Amino acid sequence: MATYHLETAFSEQAIRKLKIGDIVYFDGTLFGIRDLTQIYMFDQNHEPPVDMAGHPVIHTAPSLRKVGDKWEKICVGTTTSSRMDRFTPRLLEKCGVRAIIGKGGQYRQSLDAMGKFGAVYLAIVGGAASLETEQIQEVEEVFWEHLHPEALYKFKVKDFGPLTVAMDSHGGHRYFEVKAEAERRLPGIYEKLLA
Amino acid sequence: MRKFDYNTVEEAAKQVYIKALTDLPPDVRGALKRAYERESQPPAREIFKAMFKAIEIADRKKTLVCQDTGLPIYMVKIGSDFPWNGAEIKKRLSKGASRATLEFPFRGSSTHILTRINPQDSVGRGLPVIYWDFVEGSDSLEMLMVPKGSGSENMSTMKMFIPADGKAALKKFVLDAFVASGSNPCPPGIIGVGIGGTADLVMRLAKEAIARPVGERSQQPLIAQMEQELEDAINATGIGPMGLGGDISTLAVHIEWAYTHITQNPVAVNTQCWPARRARAIIHPSGDIEYGF
Repeated sequence: MATYHLETAFSEQAIRKLKIGDIVYFDGTLFGIRDLTQIYMFDQNHEPPVDMAGHPVIHTAPSLRKVGDKWEKICVGTTTSSRMDRFTPRLLEKCGVRAIIGKGGQYRQSLDAMGKFGAVYLAIVGGAASLETEQIQEVEEVFWEHLHPEALYKFKVKDFGPLTVAMDSHGGHRYFEVKAEAERRLPGIYEKLLA
Repeated sequence: MRKFDYNTVEEAAKQVYIKALTDLPPDVRGALKRAYERESQPPAREIFKAMFKAIEIADRKKTLVCQDTGLPIYMVKIGSDFPWNGAEIKKRLSKGASRATLEFPFRGSSTHILTRINPQDSVGRGLPVIYWDFVEGSDSLEMLMVPKGSGSENMSTMKMFIPADGKAALKKFVLDAFVASGSNPCPPGIIGVGIGGTADLVMRLAKEAIARPVGERSQQPLIAQMEQELEDAINATGIGPMGLGGDISTLAVHIEWAYTHITQNPVAVNTQCWPARRARAIIHPSGDIEYGF
C-alpha cells in the first residue's frame, strides 16, 4: 500500500501509477455530479459548460445554501456509485475525467473504460460526510442551477481523503477481489457455523 | 396532578432526532475504537481513522455525521403511571421530526412512493415510524429515536423457512445476506436479526435488534451463543470496513426473538451502518426531559 498526495489536474501518468489498495489525498478542483446531472449531459445531450479534463468527479447531492450570489456548504456526503455505472465510460472518453469518487464501486464496463482512457475509481469512507464537508474549502461554482441538488458543482478542496484506490487502470477491482476471497472462505465458514 | 404539557413531547421528539444525527452513542464510539485496535490491514486502518475524524468534526461543529438523515423511527415506551393521550403523542412526534428537519436545518428524505415528491420535512403518510410499548410501574415516557439511512435499510431481507430447515437455515441466511450486501450498508455496523414471530413481527424484531447498545448480549444463553457464532462467521469473510477488505466486518450481531407458529421458522435481517445513530429522551410527568442514548 502506497500513500499519494496529488494535485489536480491529474496527469495520465500519475493516475496509471495507482494500484488498488493505495491511499490517495489531493488538493485542487473536484466536480460534484449525480444521476440527474449525467442524464442531462449524456441522455439529453447538454454540453458541460466547464472543462473537466484531468479532474476528479464525486457522486453527491450536496446540501448547500445560497447567500446572495454565493453558494455555501451545509453538508456534502457521497452516494452509491453503482446506479451511475452506465455514464462512466462517456465521462472518461468525452470529458477526460481521470477519477470517479464514490462508494461501493462500479462494474465491468467502467473498469474497462478506466483501462482504456487512464482513470481510477476512488472509494471514499461512506457516512463520513462531516469530514468531507470540512475538506471542501469552497463551493466555487454551480452550473445548471435548475438541477440542484443534482446540478454540476465545482468545489475547491484541500487534503481531500483518505480515498482508497478500488478500481485501477490495470484491471484491478478491489470489490471483486474482496468478494471472490469471501466466496473462497465461505465453505470453511459454513462448516464451522452450521456444525 | 397538574395538566401535562404535550409541547414537551414535541420538543423531545425534535431534540432526539438532532442528537441522534450529530452525537454518536458512547458504545458505538467504543466499539469502533476496539475494532480499530483489532484491525491488522493498513488500508482498513486508514478507513477507521477517517471515521474517528468525522465523529470528532461532528462533535466540534455540532454538525451531521452522515448526510443521509434517514427516515425517523421512534420507539416509545409509556409507563403505566404516565398521564397520556396517545393520539396527541403521535401528533407531537411527527411535528417534532418535521421541526428538527426544518429548523436545524437538514435534508428531508421522505418522499411519496409513486409521485416521488419530497415534502422536505422527513414525514408524510405513515411516517414517522412509531413503535408503542408499555411498562409496568413507571411514571415516565421514553422515546428512543433511530434515524435509518437507505444504504443499510435497502439491504433488509426476510424469509419464512419451515421447521425442517432447522436453525442452520437461519444462520446461513444471515451470513449470506451479509455477504450479498457487500459494501452497501457502510460496514462495519450492527447486524440486526429477528427470529420467530410472524412475517411482520420478525422484521420489527430485527429493527429492535439494531437499536440495542453495541455488543450488549442477549439475556438468553441460546440466543447469545448464536450471536457470537454469527459475529465470528461474518468477521471471517474478510469483507472489512466499507467492503474494501479487512479483519472487521461487523461491530456486533444482535438477535431479538419471539415464539412462532409450529409450522413456521422465520428470520429477518436489518443492517445498521457504522455511524449506528440513536438517541433517547425520558419525559417525566413534571415535564423534565432527560436526554441520553
